[in-house]
Amino acid sequence: MADSNTKELYILAEFESAAALYHAAEKMRDAGCRHFDCHSPFPIHGMDAAMGLERSPLGWIAGLCATFGALGGVALQWYASTIAYPLVISGKPFFSFQAYLPVTFALGVLMAAGASLFGMLGLNRLPQFHHPLFNSERFKRVTDDGFFISAIAVNNAEGDKLQKFLESIGGSNIEVLKD
Amino acid sequence: MNTTAKDTKSLDNPGTPLITGNQSFHSVTEKISGIVEAKVSPYWYLAITISSLLALVFFGSIGYLVWEGIGIWGVNVPVGWGFAIINFVFWVGIGHAGTLISAILFLMRQRWRTSINRFAEAMTLFAITCALIFPGIHVGRIWAAYWMFPVPNQMGMWPNFRSPLLWDVFAVSTYFTASLLFWYTGLIPDFATLRDRAKTKWKRLIMGILALGWRGGNRQWKHYELAYLILAGISTPLVLSVHSVVSTDFAVSLVPGWHTTIFPPYFVAGAIFSGFAMVMTLGILARKIFGLEDFITVNHLDKMSKIMLVTGMMVGYAYMMEFFIAWYSGNEYELFTFLNRAFGPYAWAYWTMITCNVLVPQLFWFKKVRNSIGALFVISILINIGMWFERFVIVVTSLSRDFLPANWDYYSPTFWDIATFVGSFGLFLTLFLLFVRFVPIISMAEVKGVLPQADPHHTAKEQAKG
Repeated sequence: MADSNTKELYILAEFESAAALYHAAEKMRDAGCRHFDCHSPFPIHGMDAAMGLERSPLGWIAGLCATFGALGGVALQWYASTIAYPLVISGKPFFSFQAYLPVTFALGVLMAAGASLFGMLGLNRLPQFHHPLFNSERFKRVTDDGFFISAIAVNNAEGDKLQKFLESIGGSNIEVLKD
Repeated sequence: MNTTAKDTKSLDNPGTPLITGNQSFHSVTEKISGIVEAKVSPYWYLAITISSLLALVFFGSIGYLVWEGIGIWGVNVPVGWGFAIINFVFWVGIGHAGTLISAILFLMRQRWRTSINRFAEAMTLFAITCALIFPGIHVGRIWAAYWMFPVPNQMGMWPNFRSPLLWDVFAVSTYFTASLLFWYTGLIPDFATLRDRAKTKWKRLIMGILALGWRGGNRQWKHYELAYLILAGISTPLVLSVHSVVSTDFAVSLVPGWHTTIFPPYFVAGAIFSGFAMVMTLGILARKIFGLEDFITVNHLDKMSKIMLVTGMMVGYAYMMEFFIAWYSGNEYELFTFLNRAFGPYAWAYWTMITCNVLVPQLFWFKKVRNSIGALFVISILINIGMWFERFVIVVTSLSRDFLPANWDYYSPTFWDIATFVGSFGLFLTLFLLFVRFVPIISMAEVKGVLPQADPHHTAKEQAKG
């Protein structure tokens, strides 16, 4: 057990199916537990509501980046065609915005795509190669066919309480993990 | 588990199993990771030897091109766009099916896509890699190819943003980057699976780095699923725009046979058509070689045939409509170009195209053909040949007979044209063989998600059934 209260404890409990994990998550939510996560090999439909999670803000991030990408695209084309290198082609205006649409769109998409992947990694604090849960041998099954709940306890007393609660809602093979 | 529930039923369409063979989560992991973890078969070595030799022919031809110049190709006045542009459009087109499967079918909640999306996306990446090389080497002095990008330089020179050729640079390179990010996003959970199964230290290290420390927690899945949805959402207009932009390379010019407004939708339909044919060819090979009949079922091939039937008929409609407009417009140059296509010196190429793209796919009306692996394999290759000839017909026939009869000429490829084209298949296949060897070719996380036991209300339902 942890020597000091500064290190968090991870209580890991295994569940036998996606359905069991889903119902356990509902019980954790209803018991008022906030610092827990449900681990599964694939995303489980409706789990966000079962855990009481809010919607990811990633859409706003991607949308903002797309807007900046598109505006940057317009600015680039405006600068290159009117200031830096004005070319007369068939007497068309230097700022022929209609012709700028494909590049503007492409740069918007490019930024949105980058923001989606890197924003997702940022929100998930990845890459993170070291984590207390990786100390568990059983936890390796989470990417195969294992379903787990990990709950964070700040001290031993809370850890014991969580262990009992996880057992009472159907968790098995309970492990206490620390850094 | 009783014996009648042999096949897992799809949720949206009970009656047609999505994945057969009564799979559990673990058996999916075992089967698909097994392909990557198994000992390398001698056939793989044989295949990659041949394909990498072909890739060597590709790079050798490019080397000679750089050394000697564009004169080694058959391009000349009036046909300045020969094999290089045909191959570029051909390869970009192939890529489109991968994005259609990964993005558009995802948004339409076509859950059968989970078995084929991974390798279709990989095919997209490798096809765009081949495609990007061709315009790059077609500029002749390839060391000046960076002039296509808006890079500040000592000459104070900037690209012309009003040219469709420049739109293409942005469209295709964005397409490649977005496809790569989408593909990698899908791979993260599967790399984590390989990490957790790794037996050797090196494998665990490499897969661990690629998996970025994925833990499969729902707090991670929440952001992950939204990222996937956004990528699918932006890839959908992107894939439609890319081939539209490619078509404007032709349509914005004033050459008869190119200057038509039907080009963008016609090119997109053709791209999806040819891409599905390539997915079919590769899918049939993969399911045979790796025993994936339970994952890529006849049902999947049947659905893909139907998409090819639809897009093939769109392409056929475009061929007809081009002729109609050529007559209806009253433009004599336009009319001549089309009569010349069908009955001129390149009639052989035109009728090859019509046979492979319009007539042969009509066989897909028959369920027997759609369910016969051998027939599908042959037809998918014929469609790819036909779609290559479509680009040949578009590029060559219009240019070889332009406004002034004094300029007319008959274009034929040289040895180096053909070597570069055949060699590009070597690069494509080498990349694909490396992919099937080192990366899970089917998305495990997604396939598990469509199994019935993945539904959080599964147990209750099963109990109710008794």
